[in-house]
Amino acid sequence: MDFLNALALITNYILLPGFTYGSQLALGALGVTLIYAVLRFSNFAHGELMSFGAMICILFTWLGQSYGISFGVLPTALIFLPIAIGFTAIYCFFIEKFVFAYYRRKKSDPIIFLIASIGVMFFTAGLIRFIIGPSDQNFNDGVRFIFNVREFKAFTGLDEGFGLKTSQAITILTTIILCSVLFVFLNKTRTGKSMRAFSDNEDLALLSGIDPNKVVLLTWVIAGGLATFAGVLYGLDKIYKPFIFLQMLLPIFSAAIVGGVGNPIGAVVGGYVIALSELFVTFAYRKVLAYLLPESMEPAGMMQFLSTDYKFAVSFIILVIVLIVRPTGIFRGKTI
Amino acid sequence: MNDVMRRSLVFSTFAVAIVFIGFIQSWNVALGIFNLCLISATMALGVNIQLGYAGIFNAGVMGFAALGGLSAVIISYKPVSETISLGGLGILICILILLLGTVLGVIVYKSNLSQAYKKILFPLIIIVVLLLLNLIGAPAVERIEAFEPAASGFLGGFGLPIILSWIVGGVIAGLVAYLIGKITLGLRSDYLAIATLGIAEVIIYILKNEDWLTRGVKNVNGLPRPVPYEIDLQESTWFIELCQNFGFPLVETSSIVVKLSYCFLFSIVVLTLFILSEVALKSPWGRMMRAIRDNEISARAMGKNVKARHLEIFILGSAIIGLAGAMLTTLEGQFTPTTYQPLRFTFTVWVMVIIGGTGNNYGSLIGGFLVWFLWVEAEPLGLYLVELITSPLSETNPLRTQLITNAAHMRYMMMGLLLLLVLRFAPKGIFPEGR
Repeated sequence: MDFLNALALITNYILLPGFTYGSQLALGALGVTLIYAVLRFSNFAHGELMSFGAMICILFTWLGQSYGISFGVLPTALIFLPIAIGFTAIYCFFIEKFVFAYYRRKKSDPIIFLIASIGVMFFTAGLIRFIIGPSDQNFNDGVRFIFNVREFKAFTGLDEGFGLKTSQAITILTTIILCSVLFVFLNKTRTGKSMRAFSDNEDLALLSGIDPNKVVLLTWVIAGGLATFAGVLYGLDKIYKPFIFLQMLLPIFSAAIVGGVGNPIGAVVGGYVIALSELFVTFAYRKVLAYLLPESMEPAGMMQFLSTDYKFAVSFIILVIVLIVRPTGIFRGKTI
Repeated sequence: MNDVMRRSLVFSTFAVAIVFIGFIQSWNVALGIFNLCLISATMALGVNIQLGYAGIFNAGVMGFAALGGLSAVIISYKPVSETISLGGLGILICILILLLGTVLGVIVYKSNLSQAYKKILFPLIIIVVLLLLNLIGAPAVERIEAFEPAASGFLGGFGLPIILSWIVGGVIAGLVAYLIGKITLGLRSDYLAIATLGIAEVIIYILKNEDWLTRGVKNVNGLPRPVPYEIDLQESTWFIELCQNFGFPLVETSSIVVKLSYCFLFSIVVLTLFILSEVALKSPWGRMMRAIRDNEISARAMGKNVKARHLEIFILGSAIIGLAGAMLTTLEGQFTPTTYQPLRFTFTVWVMVIIGGTGNNYGSLIGGFLVWFLWVEAEPLGLYLVELITSPLSETNPLRTQLITNAAHMRYMMMGLLLLLVLRFAPKGIFPEGR
């Protein structure tokens, strides 16, 4: 019984939030990694793309709500997600056309691409704050919990329990579906294969008649779509804050690099590694140990490795360790 | 001759713009902008040394600037004797333990023990140090932070003149840059940017959360000034007489005099740094740096130690950024960790350097001046534009009021557009790097 109680605690405070946050990071990191694999640069504007997608979704949700549209127990925002993806994809299309196409033609240094992406980041950040303002927006209007801690306790009779938020279930399920679709697309379809070929060896891909513009545009559209998903799911799960997305850039890059830049599987694994280790390191284990250890050995302190304030530092420390010990990442990405 | 013409033209245009603001808005505003322009130019000079001379992408500008701000607090704030007696000893022991741990780590790293031993010893040292810090540090920190948390709750500083912190800020930033550079400088350029971005975030997190050091998000206010206070000027007889003789308004003149004294101090720093950077750039050392940047492999073939040179330049540039950070905190008279945002500090300084012309010190100066000028003036300009565009809508139209309240954020859009346009159509910036 004590063991189950400890497990319920860990599920509530580490596993569920960890897998949710990990899914959001994984979707973000997938976008970063795809851009890296095809265009060979680290896209600093990706956080703002997530923010842009979420903003469009919020605007349409408000519009829909004013006409009385609702999705029952699920958040209304999900109905308008496809529209938001469409808008973000169009925005990405314009970015590619007006900014990056030129440097691609000139075969500029990757660092020039990076600086250009910072220009895009600035512009998008300004655009978002100009349209929706810098303040927080809560747009999750569905049922909050599928089952909460109290119901779980009453159902199982345990002393501790965990609640499952609707947004958590949606996030994890959506990520599983999206990743499966993406992997099938990359591995089985002709277009997906041409994308991989292009990423693997650009010259050979050109020789075999793959249209580079098509591949690059498609990559941007997919990255924009993934960014929208990540932004909206993060906003539903927590809250939409325009400035948080620049801070999320660091864990997202860490996830992509830890998994191996340019490797989609690595990005997903990296996302979960970063998110779970953030929570494992900053969780106070006192209550868990109280259940697991005999009464005489009950710990006095909080039994916490690091204060929760340093959550973001964890992703950074992991990043540095990986960069020093194994710079190609867990899954040997396309680097160095 | 062409170069000189171009420089004098651009710099005089900027001077006209400042004078214009002086007449249109007020001389107080104009001088306020110019002081921050000088600080921005200092930061840009620091980044230019890294980005322009050596091609090192340091995305941690924000962190080094914050370290400069921290040193301003530690040097100038008067010591809080109560908290020092409560927990000063504990903190001192903690610092010693940290130093000892670092030294031990380096000894183990340099020793010729086998890899297997090192793999056990390193985590062991880290765990022991962390445990000791928790045992000794936590109670001391708790005692310090519990002492009058609304007014104090931190150790204070040394109570020395704040000007000293400009040098100390540079030294602290340089030391931290040494540690960071040792770890990250071997990385590829975009990884280096990401890693330094992360380090800057971590530094800000530490400053926000270690209340015993900086009062965290409660901010440190009322840092002493290197220049007289307006109120003292207004009460001193010689100043009142001076104002009466020339017919100046007393209050406004006092604040202009204060701003002018800051301006004087900052100008000395900027000019010194500028001359030193120019001399360094033209010296054999500068040529070597550019040679390394342009072709690392052939520079290495000539026997240059690329890694050591990169470390050198990383420390130098970061120290200048730290100095600028200390200057900024001195000017503001308060230390607020929450104001350190990467968009405002790191990336804006990059924009300054790139727009001015990477590798050209004149470019960094004018880039710092112009970009800060635009950053400040974007707000009235954006407001004017939005009002013009939305003028057909009625006064109370929600879209119009929404856009007008958000008009200040046009500055980000403008920065982005400016960077993209310069990168595309004038990638060498206003003053291209000379040969």
